[in-house]
Amino acid sequence: MNELGRQSLKEVVETLLFVSDVPVRVKELVDVFAGMVEAKTVEEVLAEITGEYERRPLQVQKVAEGYRLASRPEYASWVKRYLKRASRATLSPSALESLAVVAYRQPVTRAEMEEIRGVDCTAVLRTLLDRRLIRVVGRRQVLGRPMVYGTTRIFLEHFGFNSLVDLPKLKELVPP
Amino acid sequence: MAYKVQLDIFEGPLDLLLHLVRENQVNIYDIPIALITEQYLHYLDLMESFNLDVAGDYLVMAATLTYIKSKMLLPSPPDEGEEEEDPRRELVDRLLEYQEYREAMETFRERERDQMGVFSRGAPDEVHKMMEEEPEEEGLEEVSAFDLLKAFEKILAEIGATAPHVVQVDEMATAERLTYVLDRLGKAEGTTFSALFEGMAQRIEIVATFLAILELVRRKLVQVSQAKPQGTLYIRRSLENE
Repeated sequence: MNELGRQSLKEVVETLLFVSDVPVRVKELVDVFAGMVEAKTVEEVLAEITGEYERRPLQVQKVAEGYRLASRPEYASWVKRYLKRASRATLSPSALESLAVVAYRQPVTRAEMEEIRGVDCTAVLRTLLDRRLIRVVGRRQVLGRPMVYGTTRIFLEHFGFNSLVDLPKLKELVPP
Repeated sequence: MAYKVQLDIFEGPLDLLLHLVRENQVNIYDIPIALITEQYLHYLDLMESFNLDVAGDYLVMAATLTYIKSKMLLPSPPDEGEEEEDPRRELVDRLLEYQEYREAMETFRERERDQMGVFSRGAPDEVHKMMEEEPEEEGLEEVSAFDLLKAFEKILAEIGATAPHVVQVDEMATAERLTYVLDRLGKAEGTTFSALFEGMAQRIEIVATFLAILELVRRKLVQVSQAKPQGTLYIRRSLENE
C-alpha cells in the first residue's frame, strides 16, 4: 500500500479510531503509515472526519492529546439503560479537591498538598493512585526524598481535557 | 452506649473557615478574628457533642486562630522601626490560595459531570468506587451535613426552652430510630426535616433521631434537599436503592 490516496487515508484513520479503545495520537497514526504520510496531512484528515461526524450521532472528541470516537450526551440515558447502570460514579469532594491541587501544582509532594488543603492527604492520595488518576512521577531531591505526584492520561480523559495546557487558569477562576 | 459517627462535614479547617467568612459576609482581607474564632470553636464543640471525630487538623487551626486573636489584642510596641505585620496575614494568604483550588475543583466537577454523559470504547470506569450518585432532580440543591447540623441545633434550641428537666436513664437505640424515620418517610412523598422531630421532648430522643438521619444519609437510603439556601429542608427516601 505505497500509494495511499486521500480518501483511503481518511477511511483507514476512521477505522483506527473505531478500533482503538484509547484516544489515538497523531504520532501513532504517522507511525502506522510509516513515512508515507506527514503529520500535517493526518491532522487535516482528522479535522475532516471530526467535521463529518458533526452530522452523526457519534462525535470525534479531542481528549488526552488524542482523538476518540464517543457518544453524545443526548443519548446518555439510552446508553445507561443498555449498560444497566443508574448513573456513573463521580469523584468525592475531597478527591476532586486533591486532584485540583495535583493538577495545578505537579510535581507535588504530599506535604505540599497538605499545606494547601490543611488536612491529611494520605488516604485520598491512595485512592487517586488506585484509580490511576495520578501517579508517582519522581522524588524531590530534598531531605527524605519525598515522592512527587502528577496527573495521568486517565485524569485527562476523565475530565475531557485535551492536555494540561487546557486547564483553566487558576486566578481567572476566582471571582473578583 | 457510645455512638461513633465519622462524617466529612467540611473538607478541612480551611473549608470551614471559608464557609464562615462567606456566611458572615465579611471581607477576607479584614477578617473579624474574634467573631470567626468564636464561631469556629463553636462548630468544633458541636461536632464533638455528636461524637464526630474532630481531626487534629481542626485543632491545629483552632490554636492558630486563638493565637492570632491574642496577638491582635496586644498593643503593638509604639516605637518599632518597621510596621508590624498584620497577624492575620499568613492565614489570609492560605485562605486565598485554598479558595483558588476550591474554584478549580468546581470547574473539575462541572467538566466531570459533562463527561459523565459521554461514552467511548473502553472508557476507564475504574473511578466507580468513589461513588456519589449525581443528584437527579432539577431545582433542588444538595444539602451539606453542615446544614443538617444547623437545622438540628435550631430544633434543640426550641425544645430546650420548654422541656422539663427529667433525669432518666433511657437508652434510645439508634437502630430503633432508623426504623422510626423510615416509617415516617413512607414510600413516596417524604417530609420536612423539622416534622420528623415533632412531638419529641427529650433531648436523648432527638439526638438519637438525628444520628439515625445521619446514618441513613450515609447509607444513601434517604436524600435531603432544599429549594434555596436557608430554605426548608426536605427529607425523603432515595429514589434508587442499590
